[in-house]
Amino acid sequence: MMLLQQAPPDTTGYMIAGYVVIFGVMMLYLVSIAVRRRNLERDMEVLKELDKKDS
Amino acid sequence: MEPKPRLLAILDIVTTALFVVAVGMVFFYAPTEAVMGQVQRVFYFHVSAGWVGMLSFLTAAVAGIIYLRTGRRHWDIIGLSAVEIGIAFIFVNIVTGSIWARPIWNTWWTWDPRLTTATIMELIYAAYLMLRQGIEEPERRARFGAVYAILGFVSVPLTFMSARLFRTIHPVVIGTNQPGAEGSFDMTPKMLQTFMFSLLTFTFIFIDLLWHRVRLGRLADRVEEIKLKVTV
Repeated sequence: MMLLQQAPPDTTGYMIAGYVVIFGVMMLYLVSIAVRRRNLERDMEVLKELDKKDS
Repeated sequence: MEPKPRLLAILDIVTTALFVVAVGMVFFYAPTEAVMGQVQRVFYFHVSAGWVGMLSFLTAAVAGIIYLRTGRRHWDIIGLSAVEIGIAFIFVNIVTGSIWARPIWNTWWTWDPRLTTATIMELIYAAYLMLRQGIEEPERRARFGAVYAILGFVSVPLTFMSARLFRTIHPVVIGTNQPGAEGSFDMTPKMLQTFMFSLLTFTFIFIDLLWHRVRLGRLADRVEEIKLKVTV
């Protein structure tokens, strides 16, 4: 009976592709938040300096 | 510089730990599906990403309602943050679905009701971001954004129900499959546990990301305020 059972098809490549997309997009989004935050913090520092000089 | 709240730091750790366990369960705990093989493992995070997307759009609609009632800028930031997260996760949902479909349906894409409504939903929310970009005045932008998020939410139940109401080949997890559904499978207890754990993990990911994104939005607001103060 075991001999009659078919092995599942090899779809490993598609699984890897799927998880590359999942991890990739999640990582990109995390990086985008971190980069935007860093840029805003830099802007904040510069603006605070300018504000101090003005006052 | 606003320090990271302690609760958020704890949430980051818990979410990361949950994610590591979920990945472990997907690859080492859940059995390989007999008919589809390894590609079925995409299902756990494919559905979870869809769940996060829909939860995000629901959050945006609720935030929109509260913004219209209170006029508090905070709710506009929550709405925008939620939409941004939703777009990212629905993108993951659509692309992983397409990758899964290739060996199972023998095509990357078909204009099936579920795939079509999900794509329309994604485009509706992409247009939300474009609409916001086109409005200069912050209060007007927030008001339009709120109304748009509420109206756009119609696409969410439509997408969810499309695989149940229309003739489709897309399988459903909750409810009865359409006669023509291809790629449906019976979940073993281990598969079900992995699936439920993935949903829980992605819910945590959503809360964690939303919190970070809202903090980013608030920081952007403060930068704008100082910019105005300096330039005037």
